[in-house]
Amino acid sequence: MSEQAVTEQASSAQTQAPAVAVKSDGEHREPVLRRILDRLGVVGVIASVVLTVIVIAAVFAPVLAPYDPNFPDLMGALAGPSADHLLGADALGRDILSRLMFGAQVTLAGPGLVILLSTIVGTVLALVGAWCGGRVDAVIIWVLDILFAVPGIVFGLIAVAIWGPSLFTVVGGLAVAYIPYVARVVRGAALRERNLPYVSAAWLQGHSGFGITTTQILRNVQPIVIAQAVSSLGFAVIDLAAVSFLGLGVQPPTADLGLMVKSGFDSTLRGYPNEAIASGCLIVLIVWCVTVIGDRLISNARSV
Amino acid sequence: MTEPLLRLDNVKATLRRRRSEQVLLNGVSFEIGQGEALGLVGESGSGKSLTTRAVTRMLDPAFRVDGSITFDGASVLGMNASALRKYRQKDVGMIFQDPRAHVNPVHSVGDFLTEALVRDRGVDQREAERRAVALLDEVGVRNPEARLRQYPHELSGGLLQRVMIASVLLAEPRLILADEPTTALDVTAQSDVMAILDEQRKARGLSLLFITHDLELAAACCDRLAVMYAGEIVEQGAHVYDTPTHPYTVELLGARPDIDAKAERLPVLTYNREIHERLKAEAMA
Amino acid sequence: MSFSAYILKRIGGLLLVLLVTSFLVFGLLYLAPGSPLAFILGPRGGTPAQIAAVTQQYHLNDPFIVRYFAWLGDLFRGNLGDSIVYRQPVSDLLFSRAGTTTALVSLAAVIIAVVGILAGTFAALRGGWVDQVVSTLAAIGLSTPVFVVGVALISLFAVGLGWFPTFGVGSGGFDTIWHLFLPAVALSVASAAYLARITRTAVNEERTREHVQTATVRGLSPRLIVRRHVLRNALIPITTVLGLTIATLIAGAVVVENVFALDGLGSLLVKAILQRDFAVVQAVVLVLVVAFVVVNAIVDVLYTFIDPRISLGSKQ
Ligand SMILES: Nc1ncnc2c1ncn2[C@@H]1O[C@H](COP(=O)(O)OP(=O)(O)O)[C@@H](O)[C@H]1O
Ligand SMILES: [Mg+2]
Repeated sequence: MSEQAVTEQASSAQTQAPAVAVKSDGEHREPVLRRILDRLGVVGVIASVVLTVIVIAAVFAPVLAPYDPNFPDLMGALAGPSADHLLGADALGRDILSRLMFGAQVTLAGPGLVILLSTIVGTVLALVGAWCGGRVDAVIIWVLDILFAVPGIVFGLIAVAIWGPSLFTVVGGLAVAYIPYVARVVRGAALRERNLPYVSAAWLQGHSGFGITTTQILRNVQPIVIAQAVSSLGFAVIDLAAVSFLGLGVQPPTADLGLMVKSGFDSTLRGYPNEAIASGCLIVLIVWCVTVIGDRLISNARSV
Repeated sequence: MTEPLLRLDNVKATLRRRRSEQVLLNGVSFEIGQGEALGLVGESGSGKSLTTRAVTRMLDPAFRVDGSITFDGASVLGMNASALRKYRQKDVGMIFQDPRAHVNPVHSVGDFLTEALVRDRGVDQREAERRAVALLDEVGVRNPEARLRQYPHELSGGLLQRVMIASVLLAEPRLILADEPTTALDVTAQSDVMAILDEQRKARGLSLLFITHDLELAAACCDRLAVMYAGEIVEQGAHVYDTPTHPYTVELLGARPDIDAKAERLPVLTYNREIHERLKAEAMA
Repeated sequence: MSFSAYILKRIGGLLLVLLVTSFLVFGLLYLAPGSPLAFILGPRGGTPAQIAAVTQQYHLNDPFIVRYFAWLGDLFRGNLGDSIVYRQPVSDLLFSRAGTTTALVSLAAVIIAVVGILAGTFAALRGGWVDQVVSTLAAIGLSTPVFVVGVALISLFAVGLGWFPTFGVGSGGFDTIWHLFLPAVALSVASAAYLARITRTAVNEERTREHVQTATVRGLSPRLIVRRHVLRNALIPITTVLGLTIATLIAGAVVVENVFALDGLGSLLVKAILQRDFAVVQAVVLVLVVAFVVVNAIVDVLYTFIDPRISLGSKQ
C-alpha cells in the first residue's frame, strides 16, 4: 500500500472517530435531573437517596452521633428504644444508633478500599493483556483463572491466617480475590474496543500503543469499569462484614456492623433483639442500595 | 361458485401504542381457493409477514384486528382457544424464512418432526418416525434415518428448510403459508427447496400462500399474484405479471434487472407514500 | 473430543491448579512475619519435642524448594501433617468434618435449585403481581448476608418458636437433615434469589424465541410448549449459574457453620486461623479449592448433555 493510501485511510478514519466520541458523550442535552432519572429509574433514585443519607450519617458521625459509640453505661445495658436512645442500647449500654453511624464508616470504607485496589490492579492487568495479546495475555489469563478457583472470602481468611486479624489484612486479601472479576469484564470490553475502527485510526496516526490504550480505550471502557465496581461493592460489603462477624476482621471495641450483628446475636439469645435487627437491617439496606445502583449502571453501560 | 378455502375481507391490523395507534394492515382482502396458489409480493415492511400472522392468529396482543378472516367457512378471528389449536394443528402449516432460528436447537430433528404427531394426535412413536422418514425421503433428504438422530446445528440451511417443509407436510394441512421460504438460503439451495415445495404442494393438491420478493418466482409457481404496498393490496389477479395496471406494480416489474439488455444503471423506484395517498384520493373521487 | 480424553484433560488442569495453589499455600508460611518455626508454634513457643516435630513436618532443615517438594510428596501420600492444637493427623480431622460440610452444601444446593427455578419460572410465566413479589423478594434476598439470615432464622424459628434445634448436627439420618435445615436455608437464600432472577430472565427470553412461534403455530399445547421449548432451553443458562453458585456455597459454608456451631470444615478453618494451627489452614484451603474446581468440571460435563451444540471441551 502506498504511503498516500495510508494517510488517506487514516484521515477518513479520523473523520469517523469523532462520531464514536459523540455517541459516548450523549447527544441529547436534557436537564440533569431528567437524565439521572432516566438512567437510574425510580427505584434507582430511591436507592441513591437512601445511600447518600447513610453516607452522610457515617461521614459526619463524629458531629451527628448523639453519643460516644464506645461509652458504656452498664446501668442502661440492653435498654429498649427510648427518647434518650432512639434504637436502644447494647449489652454494654452503648448507644446503638451512634454505633450504627460509626459502624457504617468501617462497613463502607473497608469495601470501598477493596474495590478501589482490585479495580486499579484488575484494570491494569486487563488492559495490558488485551493490548499485548500473545504470551503476556495468556499468562495474565492463567493467573486470573487460578484466582477464580479460590472462593473470594477464603483469600481474606488466608490473609488473616498469616498476618493476624485486622481490617487491613482482610481488605488486602479480599482485594486480591476481587481482581479477576474486574479484570474479566474490563478485558472483554477492551477487546471489543480494540477492534473498533477508531483504535486502528489512532494507531495509523502514529499514536503509541500505550497512548492509545490508556487514553482512548480507558475512556471508553470507563462506564463498564465503574458499573462493575459499584455492583462488586455490594459483595465486598457482605464478605467484609462476614469476616468481622467471624471475629477475624475489625476487632472490638471498634464499631462495625458485622461485629454488631455478632454481639446482637448474643443479646438476642437472651431476649434482646434490638442490636441484631438494627445492624442486620442496615447492612441489607446498604447492600441493596449499592446493588440496585450497580445493576442500573451495568444495563446502561451495556446499552451504550 | 364454491366457497374459497381462505378468505380475508377488509382485514385491518392496528398496533396500539401507549398514546398512538398505527394501522399496519389497511383493508387487506383476498381469497385462496382449494388447491390454488396465491403469490404475495411487495417491498419489505409492506405487511406481508403480518398478513400470515393475522391468518394464523399469531399477532402480538398489542394488535387489534378488524374485518373478517374465514377458513372453510369458519371465522378464524372468532375461534376459541381449542378451536384455534385444532385449526393450527390440522388446517394451516407455516414455513418460516429462517429455519435455523425457527427450529429448536436442543431437540433432535426426529423429535422436531414427530412431536406434533406423537403429543397431539396420539400417533405411536415408531409409526411417527416411519412417516417422518418417508416424508424426508420425498422432500429429497438423503439418508433420512440418520438425519432423525442429528441436531439442527449439524444440518445445512437448505437441508433444515426441507426438514421444516417435511414437518408441515406431516401434519397434512390444507393450506400452507410460506413466508419467504428461500430468502435465508444460499442461491443453490434456493431453487431446490422451491422446486420441492412446489412439487409437493401440487402433488397433494394443497393451497398455498407464497410470500416472496421474487416476482418471477411467484409468477412461475402461483396461479395469481397480489401486490402489497404500505399494508394494502394495490392490485391482484392472474393478469398482474403480464399486464400490470397499477403504477406501483408497473414500476416494480420494470425494476427487475434484465439479463438480455445490459442497463447503464439499475432503475430506482420513484413510487412513494405521497403518490400512493394521492392516487387513493383520486380513486375515491 | 472423547469423554476419556476430556476427563484426562480436566484432571490435568485440576492437577495444575492444585500444584500452583499448593505452592502458594506452602509459600504463605514464608510471607508471615518471623521465622516459620516461631510462626507455627506461636508466642507460646514450644517444647523441644514440638520443635523437633514441626521441624520434621515442614522439613525446615532443607532448602526452600526441597522443603516444598518434600511437603508436596507428603501431601500426595495423604499425609497432611499434624495439627498442633488437636495433636492428631490433619487428615483425620478433615475426614471427620467433611461429612457435615458436604451434607450442608448438598442440602442447600437442592433448596437453591428447587426454590430458585420454581420461583423464577412462576414469576416469568404468571407475570403481574407474582412477578413483582418474586422480584422484590429476590432483590432483598440477594442483599442479605448469610450470617444475617442465620441469626434471624435461629432467633425466630429455633429460639423464638422452638420449631428447630438451635445448634449442632444431630444424630444422623433424618435428625441430621432436621438439624441442618435452618443452616441450609441460611446458606441458600442469596443464591436462590440470584437463581430465581436468572431463571426469570432466561424464561422470558426463551419465550420470545422464533422456535417457540413455530411450536405455537403447529398447535402444540401450551403446557408442552412451556416444558419442551421454553423451560428446556432456559435450563442452559440456569445450569451455568447453578454450578457457579454451588461452587461458591463451599465458601459460604465457612460462615454458616460458625453461626450454627456446626463442626464442619468451615468452622475448623476459622478455629485453626484463630489458633494459628497452620497445617490445618493449609489443608482446608486446599480442600476448598479442589472442591471448587471439581464442581466446575462436573457442570461442564452436565452442560454437554443439556446443550447439544456444545461438545466436551469446546467451551474451554
Ligand atoms: N410486533 C410489531 N410491533 C411493531 N411493528 C411491527 C410489528 N411487526 C411488524 N411491524 C411493522 O409492520 C410493518 C410490516 O411488517 P412485515 O409484515 O414484517 O413486513 P414484510 O412485508 O417485510 O414481511 C413493518 O413496518 C414493521 O415494522
Ligand atoms: Mg417479512
